[in-house]
Amino acid sequence: MLLIPCPWCGERAQTEFTYEGDATVDRPDPASATEDEWLDHIYLRDNPKGWHDELWHHAAGCRRHLKVRRNTVTHDIAGSAPPNEKISGGET
Amino acid sequence: MVKYSIFSLARNALSYHQNWPKAWRSPEPKQEYDVIIIGGGGHGLATAYFLAKLHGITNVAVVEKGWLGGGNTGRNTTIVRSNYGQPGNTEFYEHSMKLWEGLSQDLNYNVMFSQRGVINLAHTDAQIDAFQRRGNAMRLAGIDAEFLSPAQIKAKAPLIDISPNTRFPIMGGLCQPRGGTARHDAVAWGLARGADSRGVDIIQNCEVTGIDVSAGRITGIQTSRGAIKAKKVGVAVAGHSGQVAEMAGLRLPIESHVLQAMVTEPMKPCLDTVVTSGAAHMYVSQSDKGELVFGGDLDFYNSYAQRGNMPRIEEVTQALVTMFPAFRRARMMRTWGGIMDMSMDGSPIICKTDIDGFYIDGGWCYGGFKATPGSGWVFAHTIANDAPHALNERFTLERFNNGTPIDESGAGPTPKAH
Repeated sequence: MLLIPCPWCGERAQTEFTYEGDATVDRPDPASATEDEWLDHIYLRDNPKGWHDELWHHAAGCRRHLKVRRNTVTHDIAGSAPPNEKISGGET
Repeated sequence: MVKYSIFSLARNALSYHQNWPKAWRSPEPKQEYDVIIIGGGGHGLATAYFLAKLHGITNVAVVEKGWLGGGNTGRNTTIVRSNYGQPGNTEFYEHSMKLWEGLSQDLNYNVMFSQRGVINLAHTDAQIDAFQRRGNAMRLAGIDAEFLSPAQIKAKAPLIDISPNTRFPIMGGLCQPRGGTARHDAVAWGLARGADSRGVDIIQNCEVTGIDVSAGRITGIQTSRGAIKAKKVGVAVAGHSGQVAEMAGLRLPIESHVLQAMVTEPMKPCLDTVVTSGAAHMYVSQSDKGELVFGGDLDFYNSYAQRGNMPRIEEVTQALVTMFPAFRRARMMRTWGGIMDMSMDGSPIICKTDIDGFYIDGGWCYGGFKATPGSGWVFAHTIANDAPHALNERFTLERFNNGTPIDESGAGPTPKAH
């Protein structure tokens, strides 16, 4: 069981959360984005083996979104933050 | 290669089976090969086998970082089926099914392919419509499919609960009678033996650490056992496709996720078909040893860990005992995880790349095992001819650019489909 530190609720069981994927993917500006930028945004992923910044939704808790830095090999969690803030801890 | 037969068995019985030759060699890597296949699982070995058998290319090496079939080939739940509805998938998986039907004879190695039938359970009116449509699409493509009533399902799997009061009431099911299971280790071993006997070098404990590209063309690979030159390199490392492609500077529409599977203690024969439920997401069959082999959803977070967490095990097991109440007394023996290449449309990638002589076979999502012979067959064709076969011409990387993904589940761009 992953224990996910919600920035607002503290450590909670993974069953309270929904995974929302890679947090480093930024939506391009629709006014100026090229086709390649859309391809990159919608389909391509870094898929790192190691530390991964990812979005989770505390669906059965405070219902807020959060960013978590988790290791994809060990499943260790280095820290978490609100989605628009930086996470301290772990490598990047 | 010693041909396995009743005569070789009898001959070796005379010396108490002490003198069987090894099924394949363990050669040192040569300086250079015409083709190197990265990944010694079922897909890589099948590719090497068909390169040698059908295309006359025998100066081939298969390099594997661990041991043969120690990755996803030995971790899947052994189910074989070709019950797909989308153009591209339908004919490819049926071709694979036909290769399965002759595989033991072709390899002179018993892969224990058992066509015991695969049933997809329908629990809602919408699923009945979708399954009947898919069954019709299959039949139009010449593939066997039967829609079963709950009573017919009960006749095939007597321990199943078809009462209306269960958590997921069963309203029908789509059955592919030619589907079934095969012994996954035997598939790797049989293909390795067949490839080796045709001259392919199988090099285990050899991890690829780099891919050499010069002026847009592949020139070789770097490994833990030194550099090896190659005219062509094919990657068949599903689970780690992104990692290996990155060595050549490619970024793929793939996320790696962990999928768990479980077995119970062995018991007497009680389930002689494969039963799956998309709604509860659980699939179960009984192995020849008597264990119930079952699994379900991904853990649904990126992972390379080959192990998962308890909540998914609990959920899948709940679905199993809800549908088969008798199984609640069975004790769980083992659980494990495998790393899935989850492509963004749920369909595989078998294609050339922008680098000359560099080919990718990956993105198998949950379903690579059933594709093993078909994947090797078309990948060998693609490498030998530097062009795809008609059966894999849709499995390109470009399909994500040009708006032709093969979205079997109709879920849009997501690494959760299969």
